[in-house]
Amino acid sequence: MKSEFTPPIGKISNMNGKCISLIGNDIDTDRIIPARFLKCVNFDSLGESVFEDDRKTLKGNHPFDLEENKYASILVVNSNFGCGSSREHAPQALMRWGIKAIIGESFADIFYSNCIAIGIPCFTLPKKSIEEIQNYCDNQSLFLEIDLKNLSAQSKDLNFNLEIKESSRKMFLSGEWDATSTLLDNKILIENKFNQLPYIKFNTNIS
Amino acid sequence: MSQDTLFDKVWDLHKVSSLPGGSDQVFIGLHLIHEVTSPQAFGALKDKKLKVKFPDRTVATVDHIVPTDNQSRPFKDNLAEQMIETLEKNCLEHKIRFFNIGSGNQGIVHVVAPELGLTQPGMTIACGDSHTSTHGAFGSIAFGIGTSQVRDVLATQTLAMNKLKVRQIWCDNKLSKGVYAKDLVLHIINKLGVKAGVGFAYEFAGPAIHELSMEERMTICNMSIEGGARCGYINPDEKTFSYIKDKLYAPKNEHWDIALRWWESLKSDQNSIYDDVIKLDASKVEPTVTWGITPGQSISINQQIPLLDELSPNDKLVAEEAYEYMSFKPGQLIKDTPVDVCFIGSCTNGRISDLRVAAKVLKGKKVSKNVKAFAVPGSEKVATEAKQEGLDQIFKDSGFQWREPGCSMCLAMNSDKLIGNQVSASSSNRNFKGRQGSPSGRTLLMSPAMVAAAAINGKVSDVREFIN
Repeated sequence: MKSEFTPPIGKISNMNGKCISLIGNDIDTDRIIPARFLKCVNFDSLGESVFEDDRKTLKGNHPFDLEENKYASILVVNSNFGCGSSREHAPQALMRWGIKAIIGESFADIFYSNCIAIGIPCFTLPKKSIEEIQNYCDNQSLFLEIDLKNLSAQSKDLNFNLEIKESSRKMFLSGEWDATSTLLDNKILIENKFNQLPYIKFNTNIS
Repeated sequence: MSQDTLFDKVWDLHKVSSLPGGSDQVFIGLHLIHEVTSPQAFGALKDKKLKVKFPDRTVATVDHIVPTDNQSRPFKDNLAEQMIETLEKNCLEHKIRFFNIGSGNQGIVHVVAPELGLTQPGMTIACGDSHTSTHGAFGSIAFGIGTSQVRDVLATQTLAMNKLKVRQIWCDNKLSKGVYAKDLVLHIINKLGVKAGVGFAYEFAGPAIHELSMEERMTICNMSIEGGARCGYINPDEKTFSYIKDKLYAPKNEHWDIALRWWESLKSDQNSIYDDVIKLDASKVEPTVTWGITPGQSISINQQIPLLDELSPNDKLVAEEAYEYMSFKPGQLIKDTPVDVCFIGSCTNGRISDLRVAAKVLKGKKVSKNVKAFAVPGSEKVATEAKQEGLDQIFKDSGFQWREPGCSMCLAMNSDKLIGNQVSASSSNRNFKGRQGSPSGRTLLMSPAMVAAAAINGKVSDVREFIN
């Protein structure tokens, strides 16, 4: 656990950090943060509860409890990571624990967009490359230098060409991943759309 | 790329702009909020000094944290009380319509919006809940979002999104007796896998789908997300229109005729193009039960839990995890597995038709003495209707507890939880590890009729033996 949490802001282009490997397909957001921790009106204390039940079950042997992973910031996962509930509490908990980027075989749709919305790039790599990283992490530390511009991940021994949706890459590089202000720029277009939609007029009862 | 499907038409209609990064800015016609995923979004609005752009386009209710035994205020659980108070305050401050407990219209957000006629064909609908896909049953494009996106919808009524691909899932023939929409959707998820829907909207179509009632269609679309598809929909037809007619927020008088003509025009064209098409035979589906820790790990009632060798390399890893967690042996029959808890409710199967079908099985029978069984209506309206029909009495006479509306043990954010490694037969949507409130609790997903059968026998049973 890191001491101070500061949320990312502005342009995001380089992420350098130690990898933490978490093996398993279809790891759902209930496992990332069990529902009882959703009883909160802010995200502040979620970091310590990330993977709470899995960690308890593994009694200190969960990757998020291992001393060597204490300062890791790049999470390496398998396929369909973050499936299930739309709770943004899941990426918020990961971020507050210290995760700054995720590399995986694939991600669930809502989890992916939640990550983008809070400034965590999610990269994909083929299964073979993920296994290569996870095997490497079994025996030694892997520090990756990620360059979002060139989509490269480099280290002493391993190098990869990462993939990410082009729209996400552009948003991180330009700083527009925090979408609210970009969306608000089109105020007039939004008003026009509102006035054009047929059903807005139907709902005499709703307004 | 798909063309001329309902999805394409609705998406194009709601597209506000192409954003610099390449995604689309999409207008959200109806925004639904609840107490769990909205407080941080309102907090962010405050931080950014922003207002709610169109307060009339957002509707709120409270569902996830509400107790189902004693709903008097303040709630016994302080955190739950704090969450409902925060929602009350936010709705009041931002002039958002809120269906609170006791209003007669409170309930699970995905039960409430359709029954009030808020959900209509051709709308884009977003909610900070993954089961928002439910509303696609009406031919709307509906999907779950996270809290930052809730903030964006509140502030701008729009979202930045990449357009989804469209897969048509064509279901031939019709379901046999004792087989329900829940069985069909569990079957589809099993065949396609839990991640096949990533990047897709699912269009459910074919004779078996159009044979289904609106409530059954909601069950199908509700679980799209369990197959990885954020959005699932069904082209609207006469059943859709007659369900909506005369609902509280349905178009009235001359607007009704205009609406009908427009809704008709939204259907996917006969020669529309899909990114993918899957066909299956609904008449082959049998009562289906999950045995594992993902909704894709299901078998029909008379099948054995699959052997490792029968599974694809990708599925093996999760299967091994599931055998261990569930304490099941490969090759074991699912039928006759003893159950401790039986739960009927949730946004998947907590509607009046679900209660009716379960009550029919339960009538004149008793719940096994080893089972704790409870029924949680999906909304106050459902509860009222059930009472008028005397269903609550049938449940109570059989030994079921009859509760107040809420999400309850689908995700166990209130005090309805499994204890230890109890096995639950559940009409809900997720059998994830720990989902029903105990870190070692085990969930078997099935239709409400199958839950009723399991409650009577105290073990997983074939409901067809009860209804012939």
